[in-house]
Amino acid sequence: MSRADQSRRARDPLGLARALPFGLLPALVGAMALLAALALAGASAAAGFAEGWRSAASDTATVILPRGADVPDAVAQLGQLPGIAAAQAADPAALARLLRPWLGDDGGIALPSLVDLRLSGADVPDLAARVGAAVPGAVLEPHGPWAGQIANLAQAVRVVALAVLMLVAVVAAAVVAVGAGAGLAARRDAVLLLHEWGARDGEIAGRFARRLAFLAGVGATAGVIVALPPLLFVGQLVPGTQGGMLPLPWVSLAMVPLLAAALGWAVAQAVLRRWLRRRP
Amino acid sequence: MLRFTDVGLRYEGAALSAPEVLCDLDFTLAQGSFTWLLGPSGAGKSSLLRLMGLALRPSRGEVEVLGLRVGPNPSRMARRGAIASMRRRIATVYQDFRLLPYLSVADNVALPLRLAGRAEASLLPDVAEMLAWVGLDHRHADRPATLSGGEQQRAAIARAVVGRPDVLLADEPTGNLDAGQARRLLALLIEMHRLGTTVVVATHSEDLPARFPAAALVLGGGRARHVQG
Repeated sequence: MSRADQSRRARDPLGLARALPFGLLPALVGAMALLAALALAGASAAAGFAEGWRSAASDTATVILPRGADVPDAVAQLGQLPGIAAAQAADPAALARLLRPWLGDDGGIALPSLVDLRLSGADVPDLAARVGAAVPGAVLEPHGPWAGQIANLAQAVRVVALAVLMLVAVVAAAVVAVGAGAGLAARRDAVLLLHEWGARDGEIAGRFARRLAFLAGVGATAGVIVALPPLLFVGQLVPGTQGGMLPLPWVSLAMVPLLAAALGWAVAQAVLRRWLRRRP
Repeated sequence: MLRFTDVGLRYEGAALSAPEVLCDLDFTLAQGSFTWLLGPSGAGKSSLLRLMGLALRPSRGEVEVLGLRVGPNPSRMARRGAIASMRRRIATVYQDFRLLPYLSVADNVALPLRLAGRAEASLLPDVAEMLAWVGLDHRHADRPATLSGGEQQRAAIARAVVGRPDVLLADEPTGNLDAGQARRLLALLIEMHRLGTTVVVATHSEDLPARFPAAALVLGGGRARHVQG
């Protein structure tokens, strides 16, 4: 018996490396981890979008000027109102370009003059009244309400992603439980022998738990690694994000293999201890 | 000391109205004693050995092994941890050997020492000594499946005695041994007994008890009769 053999046998007297080999269990946990990584990235992106849209929309508004209004004068009047940090006339050419798909190139339709406002903590109903007083006939269009609805939609997407995450965790736990049962069936005689020779429930359950935690952790690591290229690719396609790329939840992604290993450990402990408790 | 007090055994899952496999067992085996366990096939010898080894709980009554009392209810008397600790002081030679097929002969023999937490470095001399004693030193790296029945039985015997147990239970230990090996095994069992181990040997053989007259438990009809040697 070589020293390496001795050490290996001491670590694995139940032969779990052969009873629970690399194969289906890490592959299934890896698939679950891949889905978890996608769900986490989706939840993170949805949360980021919701927050970004909410904050961006809450301090901006547009004023529609009445026909024939003196635009530079209106901009100057609006810029001096309390609650308005900055006022800027919208570029008529940009507006025309924006509406071209609906109105065509026909210049016969008069477009309203618009003023973009950046607000500074103004109460919207009060501000609407002040805008109407400063520029008679002008209408204030705050961006908050519609952006809030989109933000709520993004929040709903986030909740769905978290629900998917929970479902993935439950399925992964079931996969590990089936794996623990298969390992127990393969090593039933050995477990009973060790039990009868004085191995404590915790020692036997611990050996299964360490093996299954290892398999689940390795499978989940592979799943997260496989998920990264598509996530990075999709992140690059999202316009207007910081650094030209959607930020990924790196800490959460790094936690997936650790949580998968912890899940594998806990489920294996529960399965084995429950079975051993029925022994004398 | 092994003490059975009004012990009955009904197998797990059997109806309460089913007859007990063993019933009204009342006997005491002194510490360091040697006892033959005799009786026809199906008399319950193996079940009685499993009760002594704390591998089964009695359906009624109380089994006391080396001061640890075990009854039918898991929540009463000894805790699971205490029972596990006690099991480490008991060794069994099984009729069907129960060697682990994926471990080598040496690793099988080393198992009780590893369970007891012995340092790896100190295992090898004891394992090698036991394998040499049972004549399997040249097969130490082989798997049990490649051994003959007699060799597997000798490996099982080596595994049982390598840890110097306080109680040694042997279930038909000579069933696959030739006459010479059976004599050597009996000599080993007697030596263990002289060193203070409580030895109980279940056997069909009439030859072995004749070679070493000792106290006997004779099983019949589910009951045990204690015969002083």
